[in-house]
Amino acid sequence: MSTLVKNIIRFMLFIGVQVYILNQIPPLHQFIVPYLYFLYILWLPFGLGRFPLMLIAFFFGLSFDYFTGTMGLHAAACVMIAYIRPFLLSLLIPKESTEQSYVEPSISSMGWAPYSLYVGLLTFIHHFYLVLLEWLQFGSFVYFLGKVTATTGVSLMLIFVTEMLFSRKAKFRTNK
Amino acid sequence: MKNIFLFIRQYINFISFLLLQVVSVILLTTSSKTHETFFASAANEVTGNLNSRYSTLRSYFTLSETNRQLAEENARLRNQLSGNFQAPDSSRIQGRDTTIRDTLGRFRKYTFLPARVIGNTYTLQNNYLMLERGALQGVHKGMAVTGPSGIVGVVVESTDNISKVMSLLHRNSKVSAMLKKDNTAGSIEWDGTDPSYLTLKNVTKSAKVTKGDTVLTSTYSSNFPSHLMVGTVAAITADPSSNFYTLKIKTATNFFNLQFVNVIENVRYTEQIQLENSGKQQ
Repeated sequence: MSTLVKNIIRFMLFIGVQVYILNQIPPLHQFIVPYLYFLYILWLPFGLGRFPLMLIAFFFGLSFDYFTGTMGLHAAACVMIAYIRPFLLSLLIPKESTEQSYVEPSISSMGWAPYSLYVGLLTFIHHFYLVLLEWLQFGSFVYFLGKVTATTGVSLMLIFVTEMLFSRKAKFRTNK
Repeated sequence: MKNIFLFIRQYINFISFLLLQVVSVILLTTSSKTHETFFASAANEVTGNLNSRYSTLRSYFTLSETNRQLAEENARLRNQLSGNFQAPDSSRIQGRDTTIRDTLGRFRKYTFLPARVIGNTYTLQNNYLMLERGALQGVHKGMAVTGPSGIVGVVVESTDNISKVMSLLHRNSKVSAMLKKDNTAGSIEWDGTDPSYLTLKNVTKSAKVTKGDTVLTSTYSSNFPSHLMVGTVAAITADPSSNFYTLKIKTATNFFNLQFVNVIENVRYTEQIQLENSGKQQ
């Protein structure tokens, strides 16, 4: 399956899972919202330029927003992590070897430690920005702090489970 | 001029990042205020279609619960049938007075329109419901929505066949309510913590509230008919700095399994709103 087709299917799957499964779970607490959908942006291929990356993230966030009725909220957070992603990747991995030989970020292409740092930081930034935007509309500082920490924890757990369930084989880039 | 182009080319990524952020923030601010973004209607039909398919699938899992709720509502309504009340004597006393005036003088103010719920969130801070009934079927912005056991929210947007309802579980939702006991009015809001509890604010401390008191919609609301069930008082907190109680209200509506609701049309809604707003402009 080509990378394009795979990512289009992923786009629909991530939105579907987030809207129809994770958002339907009865809330445990005000602070805990199970977010997983942004993992799509973390899984996008290395080869994408920064501008197309942000454009994809914007439309991805916006199409999720249409389901929740919060126009632009998740789109803003997605664009944020799409903008930061390349900086982080260039810091974390040796550019020549990895980006030339692997297609997308994963445990096997980056290694355990750099990959979990990459996921953890972007998850935190995503939630920080998302809750900040919410906080500007309503809420208190305690709400902001509590929600960022609780949501980040839940998301990281979900991502960990996802990585365990769907272990993506590191695909080598072929010279085509 | 050349320098400007060079600058743009050098910082194209950062500029486009700022541009996309500004676009999303503008979308966010305009939509949460007016609920009328410029391509929201078209996309609502798409997501509405998907939501409707999903809810037909899901509705099978809650059939027994829905059945129970509808049966309960039926029983309650049957109990209110005039045939159940036998009062031969009183009818004679009031007969002369009421029959003529009632049949000629009274007119319909509220119409109840049934609608199916095809989308419902309760995990977010601003929650909405989607109904499979739109402007072509007589649903318009501002109409009140009630469920089988209590009130649900207010319609904020309607396309041809789908309409969007601001749930009571929304940070901006505000409904006028009163205590059944002594008609003390207050306003129902949501603090975003627990979907099964609302807050009733601005209840004067002279009201004799106890736990378990019933809260109904008040007579001051322009879209809700009076005396509809809202919930029961679960906890009472007295604000020492003001003259008001803040009451925690257990919702009568179970927001987790809403399947069918009624949209309430007030015939004199626009008239009332126009009059209320005409004072503000001066």
